[in-house]
Amino acid sequence: MNGLRGSVEIARLTFLEARMRKMLWAILLLGAAFLILYAIGFHLIYADIREHMSGSAARLLEPTNFFVMAGLYAINFLVVMLAVLTSVDTIAGEIASGTIQTIVTKPLRRWQVVVGKWLGLALMLGVFTVVMCAALLLIVKLIAGYMPNNPVTAIGLIVLEGLVVLTLSILGGTRLSTLTTGVVVFMLYGLAFIAGWIEQIGSVLRSDAAVNVGIVVSLIMPSEAMWKRAAYLMQPPFLRELGFSATPFGAASAPSEAMVVYAVLYTVVALAVAVRWFNRRDL
Amino acid sequence: MLIETHNLRKTFGDTVAVDSLTLSVGAGEVFGFLGPNGAGKTTTVKMLLGLVAPTAGEARLLDHRPGDPAIMGRVGFLPEQFRFPAWLTAGDFLDVHGRLYGLPAAERRARIPRLLARVGLADRARSRLGEYSKGMMQRVGLAQALLNDPALVFLDEPTSGLDPLGRREVRDLIHELRAAGVTVFLNSHFLSEVEVTCDRVAIVKRGRVVRIGTLAELTRQTTEVEIRAAGLTAEVVMGLERWGRAIADLGFGIADSASPIRNPQSEIRNADSARLTLTIASEDVLPEITGYLVQSGARVYAVAPQRISLEELFMRVMEEEE
Repeated sequence: MNGLRGSVEIARLTFLEARMRKMLWAILLLGAAFLILYAIGFHLIYADIREHMSGSAARLLEPTNFFVMAGLYAINFLVVMLAVLTSVDTIAGEIASGTIQTIVTKPLRRWQVVVGKWLGLALMLGVFTVVMCAALLLIVKLIAGYMPNNPVTAIGLIVLEGLVVLTLSILGGTRLSTLTTGVVVFMLYGLAFIAGWIEQIGSVLRSDAAVNVGIVVSLIMPSEAMWKRAAYLMQPPFLRELGFSATPFGAASAPSEAMVVYAVLYTVVALAVAVRWFNRRDL
Repeated sequence: MLIETHNLRKTFGDTVAVDSLTLSVGAGEVFGFLGPNGAGKTTTVKMLLGLVAPTAGEARLLDHRPGDPAIMGRVGFLPEQFRFPAWLTAGDFLDVHGRLYGLPAAERRARIPRLLARVGLADRARSRLGEYSKGMMQRVGLAQALLNDPALVFLDEPTSGLDPLGRREVRDLIHELRAAGVTVFLNSHFLSEVEVTCDRVAIVKRGRVVRIGTLAELTRQTTEVEIRAAGLTAEVVMGLERWGRAIADLGFGIADSASPIRNPQSEIRNADSARLTLTIASEDVLPEITGYLVQSGARVYAVAPQRISLEELFMRVMEEEE
């Protein structure tokens, strides 16, 4: 089988698995529940705020922005969780069950198995991220007529964050057990999360050392940095100019564009290493 | 040759799983790889399929590197230990594997029901594998291994977990494969299974092949011959030792129960005949033995070679010192 076709077959298998195991339904239903809850909550709160802050559209901007960022941050967190949960067992689990033996002895190359699994999961995760974020922004637009800046770029960054976590989790699965991989990836995510805060606060306090600590950790795990940049780009300009974030979910300073390029490279390299490790592994 | 290995070796840390394995399996052969648990059978198959990289040596499968996608479409494999995804039905499972083999949809539609019927699961095609018993899982695994109409099939302990009826069916299946010209590499620790299905057998012990050959060759290598004769003296019996070892003396009425060694001249007194069993290296010496007995004045009633069973051979091999 040629390269693309083999990978597509494996990707198809990951879809089939998600569907047969009712994971797709669970995600679809709970995702819908999330959006409905958000819509109801936002509608009620927004109506209330508008009553109290009658007239001034500018004054409404800040609380509206708060709710958009809170909603997107929740989705961002779900994306990270799903990235790990859906992928952590895909290779390690099949190695443990022996299923992988019947797959890699088909007329496939091992890289096609890794890339195919990545492709299938990345596609599902990407669609989930885009649909959830777009739906949330649409809800806000319909209720409050508000749309944050750079929505497309921001969604793209959240997708990229998901891919970073997903790829790392697949990489771990080629060497470690399911459980260990899960622990490692979540711990790294936790590190990056804390480092993000250190960087933000350091930036407000103008502490270069704190900012540098944040940057170094972001290089090890460039997940949270993608959210920080997305949040920064979505901030209304006047908040950005104030030099601090209006919400705990936002960002006072943005990781640079270079960090985005780095995250893309990081993902590509992690996938390449996953292929290499899986190639060399006795199954 | 469909399979060729040269000094294949695999170590896991200090443990030698497979040691300098050299063998070849020709087209259409049913080759039995026989050994106790932990002898390195599964590791060998995994090296032949490219699942495990050898520490040293070389293996060729259909004239290619093991695992080369160019040939794996012609190879089928039933692993020893597997849990196929519980969330798939048998039909879907085979369809997935058919796709991985690159089989077109029409071919999958035609073959899958036929194979499910062949392994006795026609009525369970729509059940999820999670509901399957171990034996049924083994059958699905077999169907999976034959999905691509392979030229070469590796079966790693195909009858483990099967009831006697299931074992019989697997044997019949192997016979059918042989009749169809398919080469089969059968890993097994069931002697009877190997005995009735294989053309050639390798006996492995601690990672080494200690015997290899056709079943006839292997069981002929060490043959027992039962001799029934009258008028034997202890000296004559001792004289037989030049061809082999008299491992049993079932003669009736041996004089005084005296040891022939102590009393070499004594005739083994008997009513009609004495019976003894001699282990010889090959059947070729039978005429010599008969001649010797006749010349010694014995009245020979029978010199009957007793072919030992594979089981006896196996037990002897396992007891041999390194």
